[in-house]
Amino acid sequence: MALDKNGIAQRIAQELRDGWYVNLGIGIPTLVANYIPEGIEVEFQSENGILGMGPFPIDGEEDADLINAGKQTITAMNGAAYFDSAMSFAMIRGQHVQLTVLGAMEVSQNGDIANWKIPGKMVKGMGGAMDLVASAENIIVAMMHANKAGVSKLLKKCSLPLTGVGCVKKVITNLAVMEIKNNAFHLVERAPGVTVEEIMAATEGDLVIPDNIPEMQL
Amino acid sequence: MNKVVKNPVEALEGLQDDMTLMMGGFGLCGIPENSIAEMVRMGVSGLTCISNNAGVDDFGLGLLLQGKQIKKMISSYVGENDEFERQMLSGELEVDLIPQGSLAERCRAGGAGIPAFYTPAGYGTEVAEGKEVREFNGKPHILESALTADFAIVKAWRGDTEGNLIFKATARNFNPMMAMAGKITVAEVEELLPAGSLNPNEIHTPGIFIQRIFQGETFEKRIEQRTVRQK
Repeated sequence: MALDKNGIAQRIAQELRDGWYVNLGIGIPTLVANYIPEGIEVEFQSENGILGMGPFPIDGEEDADLINAGKQTITAMNGAAYFDSAMSFAMIRGQHVQLTVLGAMEVSQNGDIANWKIPGKMVKGMGGAMDLVASAENIIVAMMHANKAGVSKLLKKCSLPLTGVGCVKKVITNLAVMEIKNNAFHLVERAPGVTVEEIMAATEGDLVIPDNIPEMQL
Repeated sequence: MNKVVKNPVEALEGLQDDMTLMMGGFGLCGIPENSIAEMVRMGVSGLTCISNNAGVDDFGLGLLLQGKQIKKMISSYVGENDEFERQMLSGELEVDLIPQGSLAERCRAGGAGIPAFYTPAGYGTEVAEGKEVREFNGKPHILESALTADFAIVKAWRGDTEGNLIFKATARNFNPMMAMAGKITVAEVEELLPAGSLNPNEIHTPGIFIQRIFQGETFEKRIEQRTVRQK
């Protein structure tokens, strides 16, 4: 069965490594923090100005001055640090953050990503996404395999205005884990119970399918 | 040197139609709400506002958008502001969307005397259109120019009569860079203290960047996305 958003987050959390500084985008990526594997310590950076972001506050203890990049009230862990936006993006642009997880509307087989604008219809703005994808060495895109209309989001070429070019290396969806290399999506794992045929049908871009494709272990 | 003014009326003296402003804050966090309220009252219009966001429909810069006081926004995220999105899509409002890190650095550069800088952010996208591209270490970068403003209006937690500022938690965000880049920088603070009250080791923005400072009468500090967990 295809994963739900929490399942995607849970699978992404398996990519975390001890000691990493991690930036989580809005949406599914935010949920990754709920599934940090045992024995692993990571610190979450939120680009509005905190390192060491903690869980949501207990009801009644929320602080208007303490939010994450999604404008949600949060808490700070012991050892947290606050800083201004120029400092925050120095961490990002300077490649001091080891992993970036963000959502997307489209990803192409050469690693392009689009997630900020649908011309004439919707403009959210890029926020920090363009800075993040242009500089991060390790980017995972977390998204549903198809959009609400059932159209594949894994494409030969993005149709929407780009956020970054040739930057995405890994995509984790409700159906599969895929790596992007040599101008193609390479199927690495499939969601429990999901067949290779289903993934092929849901992927518009070129898909390389090895002989053995294990199921995700969640 | 007397930087202390009584209220936002005095702090915004000289602010006129068609000026370019920097407004601190991220979402509704760390915004100069007393100054915004005064700008609504003044009815200044034709403004160009440099601010990461534009508030929500009925608070923050959203109030100035509702009154059609803003001609152009320079921001990184429209987000959940329906009126902003509507005015932008209909063409009533001119909008320059730029990556958040580039926005921060452009303000910092403006205050630091750096006319322009190269960044990889936005290369190969709409943001790069018309901008010089240059390769460094095998990677393409685009040239981004500095931003300055007629007025920079920032919000701090504590300030002193010298204009030194300390921000609280993530309410710091764009405030320190914008404070550096205003021809006139106004700071509104929750608590205004006599010089000597703040520990010099803990100052985030030194007073040299601040021309006018006042203690805000009230701060609503509205929360945009209240998210909590149960005990």
